[in-house]
Amino acid sequence: MIKFLKSSIGSKQVIGLAGLGLAVFVFAHMAGNMLIFVSPEAYNKYGHALTSNPLIYFAEAGLVAIFLGHVILSLWLSWKNWKSRGSQAYTYKKPKKTKASLASRTMWAQGLVILVFIILHLLTFKFANDGYYVEYGGEKMRDLHRLMIEVFQQPLYVVGYTFCLLLLWGHLSHGVSSVFQSLGMTGERSAPAVKTIGWIYALVVCLGFISQPLYVYFFYSA
Amino acid sequence: MKIHLKVWRQKGPEDKGCMEDHTLDDVSSEMSFLEMMDVLNQKLIKEGHDPVTFDHDCREGICGSCSMVINGDPHGPQKATTTCQLHMRAFKDGETIYVEPWKAKAFPVIKDLMVDRSSFDRIQAAGGYVSVSTGNAPDANAIAIPKLTSDEAFLSATCIGCGACVAACKNASAMLFVSAKVSHLDLLPQGQEETHLRTQRMVAQMDEEGFGACTNTGSCSAACPKEIKLENIARMNRRYTGSQIKSS
Repeated sequence: MIKFLKSSIGSKQVIGLAGLGLAVFVFAHMAGNMLIFVSPEAYNKYGHALTSNPLIYFAEAGLVAIFLGHVILSLWLSWKNWKSRGSQAYTYKKPKKTKASLASRTMWAQGLVILVFIILHLLTFKFANDGYYVEYGGEKMRDLHRLMIEVFQQPLYVVGYTFCLLLLWGHLSHGVSSVFQSLGMTGERSAPAVKTIGWIYALVVCLGFISQPLYVYFFYSA
Repeated sequence: MKIHLKVWRQKGPEDKGCMEDHTLDDVSSEMSFLEMMDVLNQKLIKEGHDPVTFDHDCREGICGSCSMVINGDPHGPQKATTTCQLHMRAFKDGETIYVEPWKAKAFPVIKDLMVDRSSFDRIQAAGGYVSVSTGNAPDANAIAIPKLTSDEAFLSATCIGCGACVAACKNASAMLFVSAKVSHLDLLPQGQEETHLRTQRMVAQMDEEGFGACTNTGSCSAACPKEIKLENIARMNRRYTGSQIKSS
């Protein structure tokens, strides 16, 4: 197993599989958060149902493990790849567009920005010391809706959030289809279709997320 | 044609290297790129300077010896063309052309534009062969091989091992080369017997040589003078995982 993990193919496959797990998570996260368009009660109750379920600790531990595996292995592989290129770059800088997409060439950079974003995102929402609570049917729960409305009414946060989500689009658009190539599941005919599906998947996830702060900032009124 | 050249000069593996400027006034548009380099070298020799060292052999686009990054593209701007088959008509009169060697840790520069590609030989020696005794050439139809399969194997076998894929890849990955070598043997019945061992050994040697991992950008296939397809990499990935599961 260690030999497999250390190999260039094995490590890439594990990174890809972990990334695919995270891609499924962000889709579920986006879909759940769309309750913002339903009502504050639906949104808060959904959050409460998730966090009050004892299984959440196992799910969170699993998610953290997958996330760390993805990040640590990616950093290690990026460092190895950087070493393989050698110390000197080509003198001639190509002005024309290469076949390789910008997203595929800058995965590590997007990943690092997204990592910082996730840490800030968790501090802003999950670990916020806001003291906002609400009661529905006698059950007390966090008023996540109020917190979210406040945060998404700050222009700087909305701009930053949108920028990071656009990076996530790039990251997912390459990552989701790339994992199937790394696992050897694509053929000559299926590869373009898989690429398109990955691109659409990324678009759906990111548009779903971005629609929320934009809705709050431009259209929401209490 | 008047051509301005910026050529990479490096005295040896330990030398830092730098670009050197030259101008050629009377270049024929019908010359191949290597012939133009020959003209440059004749000029340098006449002037008492050290000629530019570069690899070349068949000059027919089949040996894989020539290896120059021309204006940032391995083998130059023309699609599916080796440096020796590239002609000066692909450039404009008065153009400045940058000529550099393959740059990768696993391809150390020997001198100027010549790099040591013996790492490819070692990968090939690790498993890129069929060791089963096949005896005399059997009857052509004794082993039935579907046309599509043999076509695919032959397409993979057209890899000339020039290393353009490594030169083009941002990670200096050799996956396209190794996967072509794995594929052309694995697709045929005689090669399938050793498929797992072959893939494991060749991938292990590839990693040992210090090539990077594939990040599926597709630059390798775009730069390949023989248009080796990315599907070979997917096939090798599949074989490698299968071989690991089988051996564990």
